[in-house]
Amino acid sequence: MSRIVALHLGLVALLLALNFLLPAYTHGNIARIMVLAVYAIGYNIAFGYTGLLSLGHAMFFAAGMYGTGLILRFSELSALPAWGVGLACGAGLALAVGLLALRTAGVAFMIVTLMFSQAVYLIILYFGAFTRGDEGFVIEAADRMIWGLDLGQPQVRYLAAWALFSVVLLISLRLVRRPAGRVFVAIRENELRARLLGYDTFRYKLLALVISGTISAASGGAYALLFGYAGASFATVQYSIFPLLWVLLGGAGTVLGPFLGTLFMFYLIDIASGLTEAYMLIAGLALIGLTLFAPQGIAGVIRARLWKDLP
Amino acid sequence: MEFGPYLMLAMLEGAVLAAVLALMASGLSLTFGVMRVVNVAHGEFYMLGAVIAWFVAHLVGGGAALSFVAAAIIAPLAVGVLAAAADITILKRIDYDPERTIVATIGLLYVIQQVTLMTYGPDARPVEPPFNSRIALPWIEWGEGGPSLYFPWGLSTTSYKLFVIGAAAVLILAIRLFMTRSRAGLIMRATQLDSDMATAFGIPVERVYAAVFGLGAALAALAGVLIVPIQQAHYLMGGDALLLSFIVVIIGGLGSMAGTIVAAVLIGMSDGIISVFFSPTLAKIIATLLVALVLVFRPQGLFGTRDR
Repeated sequence: MSRIVALHLGLVALLLALNFLLPAYTHGNIARIMVLAVYAIGYNIAFGYTGLLSLGHAMFFAAGMYGTGLILRFSELSALPAWGVGLACGAGLALAVGLLALRTAGVAFMIVTLMFSQAVYLIILYFGAFTRGDEGFVIEAADRMIWGLDLGQPQVRYLAAWALFSVVLLISLRLVRRPAGRVFVAIRENELRARLLGYDTFRYKLLALVISGTISAASGGAYALLFGYAGASFATVQYSIFPLLWVLLGGAGTVLGPFLGTLFMFYLIDIASGLTEAYMLIAGLALIGLTLFAPQGIAGVIRARLWKDLP
Repeated sequence: MEFGPYLMLAMLEGAVLAAVLALMASGLSLTFGVMRVVNVAHGEFYMLGAVIAWFVAHLVGGGAALSFVAAAIIAPLAVGVLAAAADITILKRIDYDPERTIVATIGLLYVIQQVTLMTYGPDARPVEPPFNSRIALPWIEWGEGGPSLYFPWGLSTTSYKLFVIGAAAVLILAIRLFMTRSRAGLIMRATQLDSDMATAFGIPVERVYAAVFGLGAALAALAGVLIVPIQQAHYLMGGDALLLSFIVVIIGGLGSMAGTIVAAVLIGMSDGIISVFFSPTLAKIIATLLVALVLVFRPQGLFGTRDR
């Protein structure tokens, strides 16, 4: 077993052990952070590894959240199949958006994804009769059961979040070390060169976006199941900016970066919101500071200074 | 009210929106045209214009007219200087890289918005217009004795709204003349065409960039000052305005000033009319999807020409 695999399995084991050690408040926070870190990992596949800077990932998160939530609300399906529907919604949306948006690049890609995401947000508001718009809706406790386990119960919630996070973390580790992941990085570094080498870069970018969207939807669906709420605020621009912020802080194009970034930013904003109503000020300052002084993020600095092979 | 007068009312409201939008979007278009960067914080400069107008109205005595004039001078100046400072301290350091500029200006957006929340507060506050007499508008009716004018109930506008339309038109004309006739405009256009060549000819490109960024922000602030007597000043008002200006600039063709003006009139008028007759949310959904599709299939905009 290489040191790299050991490091990532170590983090997974540590998070499992923390389940039995943490005080109640932190225990709940870490569960939430793990679910959101899944979103960040999904975002990182597109932005960090393939270089697709999207400003609209909230639409995939929301597709998972509403795909899962609306199925539970209006049908007889149970939690796990509903979550599967959420995943399918995210994958389908990512495929459709990708086919259109990937015809553009750079700034145009950012604006196109932003606009599509805004349209999804407005559509959620427009169909307020089903989605209850900004107010959102609560998912009944009876619907949040998997194999007789109540997902609303703190221990079960933590372990479910941990299981999802572990699986997605290891998938992303595997993905980026496989040939497909190498091609993603090649596209990020120089798309023209990758094309000259004979890779169909459009298909690889589409693949990256669909994987990224599906993982984001997995996070959105899990959020709805574990925390029992779906609301339009999760589809706003702010929720497209958050994963960008987490990934930039943790280190774009690193496997551990998204988790580290989510962890630090969550607590930074948690502390700031205790002090002032204007807690998003911290997010703004962090974005400016990161672009100016530390475009590599935490894990990027570790890779540059300490551990050259960190994936 | 009958359909005809109703439509005319919707068009008047649309024209006010179009005027403000044209002013704001020309600022965004100018920045993009010369510097090739997208300024996501543009909506916040508009919001700052409105908020500063409120502060000025409360600090400067001597009636609504005097404080309005004061605000129209102070707000664009202050916002322009702030933006130029942001350009020098942030954008210059990241070398105007298009993607990193967007991330940094998103950061700037949150900083400006949240500092406003901390100082100005979460309330929406009105500013009194300098003059605001109601003007009833006539409508033509074909009666038995031929066409005759009458004044339908509810069909009216205010002198201030007409002033906004006129002021925006004058300002846009002034920018046009500034860009085409003045030496500063010539330098800006030279920088836009080829910044390396401009440097070679001794143009201080970095100072031109700071000036352009400041000028673009000042135009947004001026739009904010003009709109605040009609809409109230609120710390979140920049979001919708930014989205609409994006739509206008993209439909008009990124960086093309003339296209921007045409698109502003088109979008402003149709937004006004559609919102009156249909759901405003539906209008926005159609507009955002339209913009995304325009960028995908016609990146040069509906009125623009392809890059050389």
